[in-house]
Amino acid sequence: MKPGRTQLARALGAYPTLLRVGLSEVVAYRAEFVVWILTTNMPFVMLAIWHAVASDGPVGRFGRGDFVAYYLGGWIIRLLTSTWMVWELSTAIRDGSLSSRLLRPIHPLFAFSAEHLAALPMRLLVVSPVMVVLLASAGRRLAIFDPIFDPRVAAIFLASLVGAWLLIFFTMVLLGSLAFFLESALGVFELWLALHSILSGYLIPQEFLPGWLAAVARRSPFDSMLAFPLETLLGLRDVHVALGDLAVQWTWVGAMVAAGLAVFERGVRRYMAFGG
Amino acid sequence: MEYPSPVVEVVALAKTYQVHRRPPGLWPALRSVFHRPTEAVMAVRGLSFRIAPGERVGFLGPNGAGKTTTLKMLAGLLHPTSGQVTVAGAVPFRREAAFLKQITLVMGQKQQLLWDLPPAETYAMNRAIYDIPRAEAEATIRDLAALLEVEELLGRPTRQLSLGERMKCELIAALLHRPRVLFLDEPTIGLDVSMQAKMREFIRHYNEAFGAAVLLTSHYMDDVTALCPRVIVIDHGQLVYDGDLKALVRRIRPDKRLAVRTATPVDRAHLAALGTVVLHDGLQVVLSVAPERLNSTIQALLQTLPVADLAIEDPPLEEVMRELFQEVRTASATAATAATPATAAKQVG
Repeated sequence: MKPGRTQLARALGAYPTLLRVGLSEVVAYRAEFVVWILTTNMPFVMLAIWHAVASDGPVGRFGRGDFVAYYLGGWIIRLLTSTWMVWELSTAIRDGSLSSRLLRPIHPLFAFSAEHLAALPMRLLVVSPVMVVLLASAGRRLAIFDPIFDPRVAAIFLASLVGAWLLIFFTMVLLGSLAFFLESALGVFELWLALHSILSGYLIPQEFLPGWLAAVARRSPFDSMLAFPLETLLGLRDVHVALGDLAVQWTWVGAMVAAGLAVFERGVRRYMAFGG
Repeated sequence: MEYPSPVVEVVALAKTYQVHRRPPGLWPALRSVFHRPTEAVMAVRGLSFRIAPGERVGFLGPNGAGKTTTLKMLAGLLHPTSGQVTVAGAVPFRREAAFLKQITLVMGQKQQLLWDLPPAETYAMNRAIYDIPRAEAEATIRDLAALLEVEELLGRPTRQLSLGERMKCELIAALLHRPRVLFLDEPTIGLDVSMQAKMREFIRHYNEAFGAAVLLTSHYMDDVTALCPRVIVIDHGQLVYDGDLKALVRRIRPDKRLAVRTATPVDRAHLAALGTVVLHDGLQVVLSVAPERLNSTIQALLQTLPVADLAIEDPPLEEVMRELFQEVRTASATAATAATPATAAKQVG
C-alpha cells in the first residue's frame, strides 16, 4: 500500500480506474443498454400528441417548435441524469451481492457512482443523433442560442445538470436502501416514478398542470430533477429565477445526500448478507 | 488456548435474526399484510475463541450451526447482537479501511469477479481500490497466477471460465492486497478432487509465505484434515470443541483403521476375528482396531493373510464429527430433562 495518503485521496485516486472498468462493463452490456434507452420513449409519444394539438395555434407559451424543443430536450436531460441505482442497490441488498462491495476499503456508494458516471459517454453517443435533430429543428428556441446570450444561463444550466444527477442518484440510493427494511422497496419506487412523471415536467410542462398542482410541482424536489434544467435550457426561466432555483436545487441535493447516506448506513446495520 | 497477541479475538459473541414467519396459503398471505409475526432465531450464542497470527483453523459444524454467520461478523458484514469481536486490532463492523485492507472473506458460493469482464479487470479495480503500487500488484498477480496455473485465463471473460477456474481467479482477487487474515467459507465447494487438492496446496502456501491466519469452513473434511492442525467446532451456535484436531479424533474415535489390499479374496469370518470389519469388498478390506491391539493385529494379518498392501489410518473425520454431534445432543437432552423448564432457544416476538 502507498503510505501517507488519506482515505479520500485514495478513493479519488481509484476513481479513474473505477470509471474505466465501469465503461468496460457498459460496453459489455451495450445491447441491454440500448434496449433500455429505447424503452424511455414516453416523451416522443407526448411530443406527437402536443404537436398535433398545437397545429391550430400555440398552447399557452408553447408553439409546435417549442414542444419539439421541450420534449427532445427533456428526453436528453433525463437520459444524462437518470440512474438505475434503485434496481441495482435493492437487488444487491436482497441477494447479498452487496457483501463484496462492503468488504472493499472504499465506500460502496462511491464505487456505485463511478459505475453510473461511466455510462455517460455511451449515453452521449446514443443521444447525440437526437441532439442534432433538436438543434436542427428547434435550435433557435434554446437559450444558449438567444441573440442576447447571457453566459450565466449556460453556467446555471451546466450546474443544474450536475445537481440533477446528484439529486436523482441519492434519491435512488434512498429508495434502494429501503430494501434493507422493506420487502417491496421497488413498490415505493414505482410510486416515486409516477409522481416524478407528473411533477417534474416529464410528461407535460408544469405550467399546464392545474394551478395548485403546478405550485406543488415547483416547490418539490422533482422540479430540480428535470423542469428546472430543461426550462433554463429553453429560456423559460429568466436568469434571476434560475439562479434562485439553482440555490434551491443544491439545497435539495444537500438534503438528499444526507438522507440517502443516513438511510444507507442505518440499513447496513440491519444487513443480513444473505447467501454464501 | 492462550496467545500473546491474537489476530482474532471473539468474546461471548451472539447473533439473533428476526425472521418473518407465515404458513403457506392465501389467508396467511393476506393476514401478513396487517400483522407480520416475527421470530427471533439465535444463530450464534456466546461464542468465544482466539486465533494467533499465522494459525490455520478449521471451523466446523453441521448446516445451520452458525459458521457463516460468525464469519460474516468477523469480516464486518454483520453487526453482532452482543459480545465483542476484534480482528487485526479493529472492530469489524465499523468497516474501517485499515481493517478491510487486512482481511479477506472468500465465499465459495459468492463471487466478486466482474461477470462479463476478464478477471484482469477485477484485479485492476482492486489494485486501485486497495491502493497497491502497480509493480507490486503485477508481481502478486504473476506469482499467484503461476501457482494456480491460470496465467492464460486472466484475459478471458469470467462467464466463460469453468467453476474451478473461476474459483482460482476469485482467490487471486481476494488475496491481491495480501491480507493478514483469511476467512474462507467453503472455498472448494463444487470443485473436483484434483482442483480441491490444488486449492489446499495454494492456501497452505499463502499461509506459510505471508504468515496469514486462516479460518476455514468446509464440508470436505479432507480440506480440514490437510490444512488445519486446530479445529473450532460449533453446533446450534455454541462452541462444542476448540483444540487440536488429532486430539479430538483420539478422544472421539480412538480406534485405528487398517486398510488392507489382499492378493486373493479372504473369508469374512477370518477378518472378524482380527477386528471390526468396516469394509470387505473383493480384495479391499478395512478393519477397525483398538490402538493397544494395533501391533498384534498387524502381525496376525501379515502372518495369516495374503497381504499385498497395508496402511494405518485415522477414522474419517466425517465419522468423528457425526459422533461428536451425537454426543453433544445426547448430553443436551439429558441436561434439559434434568433441569427445570429449559430456557427457550427461540422466542416468539
